[in-house]
Parts: sequence; structure tokens; C-alpha cells
Amino acid sequence: MTQAVSPQPGFWKKNQQKLAPWLFLAPGFLMFIIYVLVPIFESIWISFHDWDGLGAKVWIGLGNYAELLQDDDFYTSLKNNIIWLVLYLLSIPAGLAVALFLNQTVPGIRLYKSLFFFPFVLSQVVVGLMFTWFYAPDFGLFSKLIEEITGQQIAILADERFVTYGIIVAGLWPQTAYCMILYLTGLNNINPEQVEAARMDGAKGLKLLWHVILPQLAPATFIAMVVTVIGSLRSFDLVSIMTAGGPYGSSQVLSYFMYEQALSEYGFRMGYGAAIAVVLFLIMMVFITLFIVRMIAQERNA
Amino acid sequence: MTFIQGLQGLALSAAFISSAAFAGEITINSDHSDPVPKKAMEELIADFQKANPDIKVKWNNFDHEGYKSAIRNFLTADAPDVVAWYAGNRMEPFVKANLFADVTDVWTANGLDDQLKSASTSMTIDGKKWGVPYTYYQWGIYYRKDIFAAQGITPPKTWAELLAACEKLKAAGITPFTIGTKALWPTAGWFDYLDLRVNGYEFHMELTSGKVPYTDPRVKAVFDKWAELVKPGYFIANHAAIDWQDAVPQLVQGKAAMYLMGNFAVATMKDGGLKEDQIGFLQFPEITPGLPVSEEAPTDTFHIPAGAKNKDDAKKFLAYVASPAAQSKMNATLGQLPVNNKAEKPKDVFLEQGFEMLSKAHALAQFYDRDANAEMAKAGMEGFQEFMVKPDKADAILARLEKIRQRVYK
Repeated sequence: MTQAVSPQPGFWKKNQQKLAPWLFLAPGFLMFIIYVLVPIFESIWISFHDWDGLGAKVWIGLGNYAELLQDDDFYTSLKNNIIWLVLYLLSIPAGLAVALFLNQTVPGIRLYKSLFFFPFVLSQVVVGLMFTWFYAPDFGLFSKLIEEITGQQIAILADERFVTYGIIVAGLWPQTAYCMILYLTGLNNINPEQVEAARMDGAKGLKLLWHVILPQLAPATFIAMVVTVIGSLRSFDLVSIMTAGGPYGSSQVLSYFMYEQALSEYGFRMGYGAAIAVVLFLIMMVFITLFIVRMIAQERNA
Repeated sequence: MTFIQGLQGLALSAAFISSAAFAGEITINSDHSDPVPKKAMEELIADFQKANPDIKVKWNNFDHEGYKSAIRNFLTADAPDVVAWYAGNRMEPFVKANLFADVTDVWTANGLDDQLKSASTSMTIDGKKWGVPYTYYQWGIYYRKDIFAAQGITPPKTWAELLAACEKLKAAGITPFTIGTKALWPTAGWFDYLDLRVNGYEFHMELTSGKVPYTDPRVKAVFDKWAELVKPGYFIANHAAIDWQDAVPQLVQGKAAMYLMGNFAVATMKDGGLKEDQIGFLQFPEITPGLPVSEEAPTDTFHIPAGAKNKDDAKKFLAYVASPAAQSKMNATLGQLPVNNKAEKPKDVFLEQGFEMLSKAHALAQFYDRDANAEMAKAGMEGFQEFMVKPDKADAILARLEKIRQRVYK
């Protein structure tokens, strides 16, 4: 048997090294283009139109955006989104505290850990319903408690002063669990020698935590930060389940506002909804860019 | 949630494309997914096929919420021959987008102009009929007979009597009215009835079709009447936190005495433990004396999409649904009222009163969120809810609604 030696190596043979990575990337790229990039540009395109999803699209340029600037609901949503963003970050220190508390070896600790992790496993809809009942006037645990203490009931979800905070508390419950898990895995990877060395030097308590433990947890903090910020901006399920944006629109957030304008029973203003989506996307882009820049910088240093 | 339903809608509309209809077959899309409406629909289709053996009916039953977005997909993509929908302004977008077919001939050929008279105006746009109604139900004040008797109150017929009754109940530690406004629409029942009684049907229609500014003194007058109930605390506290069903226990436990609701609430009240003789029904009291009395009666309807393949047989189906026999049977199952005035009267005690009341009505309103444009309705009902919490902000709320009206009906 003689091996056939082709005088000219084929195109594939010549370029295999260069082509292979692209071929492996292709399915992912394709998905990304179809399901992420194209819809983004389509949304931007639709946001320049007046369109009810049925009739013809009418080009109105920046009309939707001009209207958005006049819309009180938009400012309410924006304000609530900022409150969400700030308060949602509380889940990071809370998660850290729970993780430090649970990071010990006592019998049954696995059970406790899983109990603390439990809320994250629950669907947001279930969390929302539970808190709705918790706050419910007349029979809710929280209302009863408030009534015992202050002598009068406060219906958190019907009061425009408290409603957003009430929903955020509900959101913090699963989010804290999420941050806790991130920190627990981080704590597993702590270098015991460093801790021991620090102890030898007499560091303990908060000082030990601040100067030795926390720096080693930086990667976990970074991830917790990313998921919490993004999570707060896309808060939708809880608002939808607990108040549907009410009372009278005072617990709206941008994502729910968008849904309501574009897709709900009373909406079908596709162009306006798309404009809200674009604004939300731009706000998210600010954070995403910050995170990506940091990530790239870290990778260069490593 | 809705996204998934949208997907289902898409998947279903894709499924329709593959099933090309042959002559003598009609496809019906509807949202009769609850057990009782489903049974009523099954009976209706079986009877129709018995009467028309040469027509085969294919029925796609959707879940109630998903249907609202699915209908937009299948009407444009691959239209069935008959669809279920609602009367009044709810059908207007589809009529204006040329997605519904004109069925005026079905009305004239079957004498429906006379038999379905009460719903005639709400089925008419631009002088043409766009579907047939098959059921409606009454709204009114349901009250605890035993509490009224214990407090020595006779069912109020006028606004003054109603206020007196409220005062008496409140003094006895009973909240006069229960309501749950979390889903917004229960507030619209109040606005509609107050407007119908203060200004009348014609004005209400002008307002809901966007021809009258919300800052008009006549609208303010409605809110003034409403404030006479809101300010003294005649509605339960914290109503914005609960749904309409959650407001029923207040009535069942005797903490509240009245509930302005649609007839469907009776079933929930009975489930809650109230006996039939504990519940009374009263027509919304008179406010402006001598005004023709109109009522609220949301109507469910069938339509033929403009893109239907078998319009002839679809029209036969519409004519059948409109007939007295079909409406009698269907509504007996549904526990609602037939629209056809030749149909048999219902057996249920509340429906009998409703039938009586609606057949004497000057005109029928569909409900604020069906009469008004959808966007306006949403903003309006939010305004009503805010008013029921902060009655002092009435002027600010009306100014805001006016701003929205000008944008929506430009």
C-alpha cells in the first residue's frame, strides 16, 4: 500500500489551524446574533416608530423618547430603579455575614446551609406570593405585628410610601442567599496559612476579617456585585406578582413599565415599550461596560 | 409568564397553518378554558353540528390570559373562521385594522336587530355590525340581607337613602362597602355607575370615547358624589392591597355589608359560606332624578375574522349562536344572561333580577375598560384607585387624565 501524497495540500489542510476555532465558535456566535444582537437592533429600530403590533409602523423619529421625558410614570420607574439598585446592594454584606456565620464546623451545618440557601431555589413568583401574604392587611403576619406595636395597621403594598421598599425586602431574601453561596465557596478557598500567620501576628476579629479574609474574597465580591446590580435592574417578577406596579403606578420599575406599555392587556404600544427598553439597556450598558473593563484589567494582571 | 403564553400562541398559529380547512369545516378559536364556560361551549358545538351535519367544527380552546395576546397573532398570521372576543371598544382595534369581517347581513337576515336589541349599539362601529353577542351579566350592589334587617335598613333607592344607610352601618361598626382594587378594574365599576347615574349613558359614552375632557365639571361632579362615600370611610381600608376575591371575606364575616360587583361574585360569596337568602341584590340607586336608567352589562361575543376561509359556514354558526334556543341553553350552563330577548328567562334568583333590570334598561355600558381605549382605561383606573385612597387629590388626578386623553385621542 502506498500512501497517496498529494502534491498540493488542500484548502482545509492548509487552513485547518485557523478555521477550527471559528467553526467551534460558530454555533455560539450564531445563537448570540439571532437571539441577542438582532433583537437589540430590532428594538432600537421599533423604538423610532408608533406601532400597535397590528397595523402599519409609522416613523416618528425620536417622538417616543420625547414623550418619555414628559411621562411621570417614567420618572417614577427611574426613581424606583435607583432605589432598587442601591438597596439591593445590601444583599452583599448580608450574604457575607450569613456566610461567615455558617462557615463553621458544627454537626448538621450542611442542613443549616441548605436552609439558608432555600429562598434562592424558590421561584420569584412564590417569594412574591409569600411576601404578599406576609404584608396582607388583616391576616398577614407583618400587619399583625405592626398592629401590636403601633396600634394601627399599615398595608405596605397599598401605601405608596412603603410599597417599593416592601418589594425590595422580598427581593433581598433570595438575593442574600445567592450572595451567601458565592461567599461560602469563596471562604472554602481561603488560604489557611495566611490566616494562621495573621493570627500569630496577633490579628483577630474585625481586623483579621478586614485585612486578611476580605481581600481574599475579592473575586466573590466582584461576582456578587455583578449579579446583584444586574438583578436589581431587571427586577420584574416581584413587582408584577406583588403589586402589578400599583398602587396607582407608584411601584413601577422600568422593566415592568416596558412590559405594561408594550405587552400587557392595556398596552400594545410597541414603539413606546421599545423606547423604554432601549433606555433600560443603556443604563445596564454603563454597568456592564464597567464590569467588563475591570475583568479585562484583571486578566491582564494575572 | 406572558412570554411563554406568547410562544404557545405562536406555536398554535403555526399549527393552524398546517391544517388547511376543507369545505364544510370551520375553525373556532376561543378562551372558554374555565370548566363551566368549557362545558357550555362543548354543548353549543355539539348542538350546532347536530343541526348542521354537513359542517365540521374544529375548536381551539385557549387559556383566558394567553388568548389576549394570541388573538393578535392568529388574526394576522392564519385566521380561524370564528373567534370569541368582547363588544364595544375592545373590538375596535381589530375592526379598524380590517381584521374582523362585517356581519351586518347575519343580523338583518335573522331579525337580530330586534332580538339582540339591547347589545346592538355595542356591536356597531361605522354603522355596521361586527359580530354577535351571546352572553352578558349584570352589575349591581350585592348586600347582606340579614345585616340590613338587623340594622333596620331597607334597600336604598336613592342616593340620600344610600348615604343614610351607610351612616347607620358605619355607626354600628360595619364598613358599608367592601372592595379590592389591586387589579384596578373594580374601581371602574364605581366610576361607571356614578357617571351613569349622575350624567347618564350618553355622556358616559362621550367621555369614554374621548370626546369630553376629564376636567369637565360634569366629571368633577361624579368625583364629588364618590367623595361622599370615600371621605367618611364607607369603603374598607387598605383596599389597594387586595384583589376582588379577597374583599369577599369582609362581606362573609359581616365586617362589610355591601359589594358593588358583577353577578359572577355571587358564586364566590356562596363558596365563602353565605346562604342564598343572606344575599340580596339591589340596583344602583338613583342620583340625578328623572335620568333614563342605564346599566353595566359586559357582553361576550363571537366574530368572523376578515381572513376566514369559510365565511359562509361561519355565518351559519353566528346565526345559530344568536338564536333564542342556543342562547337559552348556553346561558343556563354559563349561569349568565342570554342577550336574545326571545330566549328563556334564567332560573337563578339573582339572574332573574338581573334579567328584569337589564331588559328595562335605557342602554347598556360595557364597562370602563371595554368602552374606553385600552391605554386611557389603564390610566383612568389608576386615577380612580388613587382617588379612592386620596380623595383630596381629585383635581390633580383629573388634570393628569385629561393630559393622557389628549395624547391618546389625538
